[in-house]
Amino acid sequence: MNKHVLPQMNRRAFVIGTAAAGAGLALGLDIPFGGPAVVRAADGSPEINAWVVVRPDDTVVIRVARSEMGQGSLTGLAQLVAEELECDWTKVTTEFPSPGQNVARKRVWGDYSTGGSRGIRTSQDYVRKGGATARMMLIQAAANDWKVPASECTAANSVITHTPSGRTTTYGKVAEAAAKLTPPADVKLKDPKDWRLVGKGVKRLDTPDKVTGTTVYGIDVKLPGMLNAAIKDCPVTGGKLKSYDEAKIAGMKGVKKIVKVGDSAVAVVADTFWHAKSALDALPIVWDEGENAKVSSATIAKWLAEGLDSGPAYVGNSNGDAKAALAGAAKTIEAVYNYPYQNHATMEPMNATALYTADKCEVWCGTQNGEAALAAVLEASELPADKCDVHKLMLGGGFGRRGQTDYVRQAVLIAKQMPGTPIKLLWTREEDMTHGRYHPITQCKLTAGFDASNNLTSLHMRISGQSILASLRPEALVNGMDTATFAGLNAKGDAPFGYSVPNLLIEHSMRNPHIIPGFWRGVNVNQNAIYIECFMDELAHAANEDPLEFRRRLMKDHPKHLAVLEAVAEKIGWDKPAPQGVFRGLAHFASYGSYVAAAAEISVTDGTKIKVHRIVAATDPGYAVNPAQIERQIAGSFVYGLSGLFYGGCTVKDGAIVETNFDTYDSMRIAAMPKVESIVMPSGGFWGGVGEPTIGVAGPAVLNAYFAATGKRIRSVPLRDQNITFA
Amino acid sequence: MANLTINGKTFTLDVEPDTPLLWAIRENAGLTGTKYGCGIAQCGACTVHIDGVATRSCGVSVSEAEGKRITTIEGLAAGGTLHKVQEAWIAQDVPQCGYCQSGMIMAVAALLNEKPKPTDADIDEAITNICRCGTFQQVREAIHTIASA
Repeated sequence: MNKHVLPQMNRRAFVIGTAAAGAGLALGLDIPFGGPAVVRAADGSPEINAWVVVRPDDTVVIRVARSEMGQGSLTGLAQLVAEELECDWTKVTTEFPSPGQNVARKRVWGDYSTGGSRGIRTSQDYVRKGGATARMMLIQAAANDWKVPASECTAANSVITHTPSGRTTTYGKVAEAAAKLTPPADVKLKDPKDWRLVGKGVKRLDTPDKVTGTTVYGIDVKLPGMLNAAIKDCPVTGGKLKSYDEAKIAGMKGVKKIVKVGDSAVAVVADTFWHAKSALDALPIVWDEGENAKVSSATIAKWLAEGLDSGPAYVGNSNGDAKAALAGAAKTIEAVYNYPYQNHATMEPMNATALYTADKCEVWCGTQNGEAALAAVLEASELPADKCDVHKLMLGGGFGRRGQTDYVRQAVLIAKQMPGTPIKLLWTREEDMTHGRYHPITQCKLTAGFDASNNLTSLHMRISGQSILASLRPEALVNGMDTATFAGLNAKGDAPFGYSVPNLLIEHSMRNPHIIPGFWRGVNVNQNAIYIECFMDELAHAANEDPLEFRRRLMKDHPKHLAVLEAVAEKIGWDKPAPQGVFRGLAHFASYGSYVAAAAEISVTDGTKIKVHRIVAATDPGYAVNPAQIERQIAGSFVYGLSGLFYGGCTVKDGAIVETNFDTYDSMRIAAMPKVESIVMPSGGFWGGVGEPTIGVAGPAVLNAYFAATGKRIRSVPLRDQNITFA
Repeated sequence: MANLTINGKTFTLDVEPDTPLLWAIRENAGLTGTKYGCGIAQCGACTVHIDGVATRSCGVSVSEAEGKRITTIEGLAAGGTLHKVQEAWIAQDVPQCGYCQSGMIMAVAALLNEKPKPTDADIDEAITNICRCGTFQQVREAIHTIASA
């Protein structure tokens, strides 16, 4: 049975590098593939290389650097290694090497960051090489033993065969010898047409423990002598902790210590979380909320609206002269859309467990970026890299939230005040929703010009609102511009615009309120897909043309975009009438290297109750490592995206987020789940992402269907603000 | 102190009577398969069976649960054999992150106990757990697979 085990490696076997915090983590990729010194796993089994450990019983342990948060890349990455390794898939287990080990071994496992739908697409090449290299070394070891040329030997299912003599051995028997060999310099990867495991919808490796309650998430960590902490950070970002009345709770049951965390938070440490939380709730706290307490959703909306027409803007994509063409157009159409803040609301609230001593700091947590978490530990503990480590656990959801490390830093700052005692910091749901890293807020004005023959000749799209990178990764700005803002609207790259318009201008007026933005599954795809795909539907109707035909004329030079759009149109029966009372909408988009489309069928009751019956979805991710998991990612992305569309939207009042639990920030239940029919259509030749791209197309497909049903346009998210809900 | 009968075993726990059952199960009995999601009985991640009825354990106090038969995800499998819902969950590859699935499985097990062949409407009414990964399509398919077995 495949099983995921927690990593246990003999750390003494590693040469601890000189890697100091910044320098160590900033090292480039230099991925060696083994030998000559044998590195051993904790049970003594040899590494063939960093990706592959082979045990004497032929069990193969595949190391996975990326995190598993439900998206399935733990299984997909293991498939890629196993494909080239030619090992017995039923004897594969996986483990997460720790970020500290990665630093110590000069980043032998490469990048740990698990976001941007890049878990597989940006590591597929080197993990496959890791598998192929190990296979060649195992074969070479057998050939050496038999004193025959390696070229006369083949491997399949962990069995090596010397073809001329018919002799066989297994990986487990030659692993020791293989681990001592110098890795081959020339490693060829299989032609995709020869894949046997990659491309198959094999079952996930991590399921059995998830149905018995035995999977250990960060929240489940138990360490000897561990205490539990609850925390309150100033609800207004930028505010400070002024004072708290410790005496009021000092005698409460189980309370061990009350500590200040940074300059804006206070935590109660107790024997149990329940005691810590109860005491914290009873603790009188005075905040200095500062200037940001004057900000509300209304003030933000006003500021963003001004940016639609005035002030400077960054140009993300342009051709021709859109403004001149609009001025001379026979007919113009204009619309303003908006998309709100959204909370990740991972099912498992943020948490981390830290153990600090004078010369060591360890953290156990779920994280989407193990190396960033390690950097946070170094910074907060003020200890060097070889004294710190992060033990990665399964994530109870990530969606971008756990790429941030604020909760890791807090846990260390608390543990530092109680050296030698492991402290588990758990956020309440309320704390989690108050201190999100919210999907950024934007508005968008779109203006289109037609000539006298109803040809679209110009399009001006002006986005006004928040940049994620300006807040979280300012070093990634390009001359001040946040290029990620233009996801799916770019002239080229891995998120290209799917239309050719003779005169085009797409620009961003950057306005950054104090609410901290974050990468929320799909990121800027969520609003951009609604903006452009709903507006295209408006334009089709303005031109008295079928929305599919209208798009087709603009998509001649975008065959990959068009292929997925036509695939969903065909499957939903676009050329035939919908069933009585059912209405359809279309959308397509490209992002994270993949091309996606959706066609929705809905019915509407009383103009306000939407039943989404069916969504046909298509994706061309280039290569499909595990189509069964891709189908689940598509359906799952629709649940997340449609939850945000219908129920989401975080309101700002007095500088703080209003919605702090699922009673006010609701999420789709099974009753509202449409039937999702997925078309996975990899066209080959490129590697696109899977977890995020489809999230953008469900929303506009449903909104366009709503117009078909009612003749009314919805241009504002969330729908709950317009009293529209799931039927 | 409170005596709780969890998975057929009696636990004598040092908890106050108003402690939510969820935290007594997780922190005092040490059974962490039952998850905290919201604390206000909205999300269903903490669903357990109390005398066979699917119940959100964050909204029940220890004193209310005393003397009753509590079953958690750890107690669903009988004698080393997985419950049919767990088997179906593996066969259908239902979980993604898996965090909500303990509660989801407990809710589904209770539904099937009451209605061995639930309709889609029955499922919609009884299964109101939140799953942010969005596994609902597989959940529904797995329930129908069990019902038709």
